[in-house]
Amino acid sequence: MRRAAALTAVAVLAVSAAISGEIPLSERRSTYLDMGAETRAMQDGDTDNPGMLWVLDGEALWRTTAGKAAIACAGCHGEAETSMKGVAARYPAFDPTRGTAIDLAGRINICRTERQQAPELKRESRELLALTALIARQSRGMPIISEDERLKPAIEAGRAIFMIRQGQLDLACAQCHDDNRGSRLAGITVPQGHPTGYPLYRLEWQTLGSLQRRLRNCLIGMRAEPYTYGAPEYIALEAYLMWRARGMAMESPAVRP
Amino acid sequence: MARALINAPAKAARGAVIEIKTLVSHVMETGFRYTQTGEPVARDIVTNFTATYNGEEVFRARLYPAIAANPYLTFHTVATESGTIELKWTGDNGFEATERIRITVE
Repeated sequence: MRRAAALTAVAVLAVSAAISGEIPLSERRSTYLDMGAETRAMQDGDTDNPGMLWVLDGEALWRTTAGKAAIACAGCHGEAETSMKGVAARYPAFDPTRGTAIDLAGRINICRTERQQAPELKRESRELLALTALIARQSRGMPIISEDERLKPAIEAGRAIFMIRQGQLDLACAQCHDDNRGSRLAGITVPQGHPTGYPLYRLEWQTLGSLQRRLRNCLIGMRAEPYTYGAPEYIALEAYLMWRARGMAMESPAVRP
Repeated sequence: MARALINAPAKAARGAVIEIKTLVSHVMETGFRYTQTGEPVARDIVTNFTATYNGEEVFRARLYPAIAANPYLTFHTVATESGTIELKWTGDNGFEATERIRITVE
């Protein structure tokens, strides 16, 4: 019995040693820096960045009335350029009425159902991505903020998911994105996994996608079962990743290979 | 929603070579894909792009299924006189998008 307990203790120590390598703040870097010059130029130019097509759509939607309340986003919030400045940099945020963390797309849908009395927009739909992109664009260059104490439970839950091995490959997020960051996996540099640019245009997807879509991508790669879009697990992971990237500059809408 | 992003100089010296960069919003569905139930997904691509400078065609491109979504095309032309450059994309299912840019030549 004691021996089993000791073995377990050794095993726990070994595991925690293997995945204890959270990245020191000074060593964090955006994947932007690992991209080719062409892809970086694509992200930097507002007329070269395909993500801006969604931002333009978002601007139109922002002014379009919707729902039984027949009110547009602009009806309450005015110009997105001023009212949404810095908003995306502090999401997921804590929602006092629900007592949980919510992500930006979830916040938009709450506005739609409660204020506009309109049906929810489907996750990863063009409309929801467009509005998210418009809002996230207003935080470009601003530092990510994760200071709300009430987010702690979500951050801790996200950290637990990030650290635990899962899927048929028995991999934890941390094994790639903490322990082996900067190494090569086939042709690419293993990124640190900072969510600085979402929603972002992935050349592989040929479209804009959310952080949850990217997380789904990783989970499938690990042969783990992805959560459903909007699930608390995704929001917890987002909260942890934003905390992990606190202080880094927002790039939305970013471009990634 | 057909949307395009254009990058072109608003002013140019007479005889200067100018670069025009265009990006149009389009899914560029190849027609080679199938749904999960095995139904083919119909082709839906941009097939033609033309640029006319004060009515004269200065650039034309044909597009095919291998071209990525949201096609990005750049071309050069010589700034001859002030006027309008009209960019026009046409494609499957009656797709049509037109953008006009004003250029002042000094």
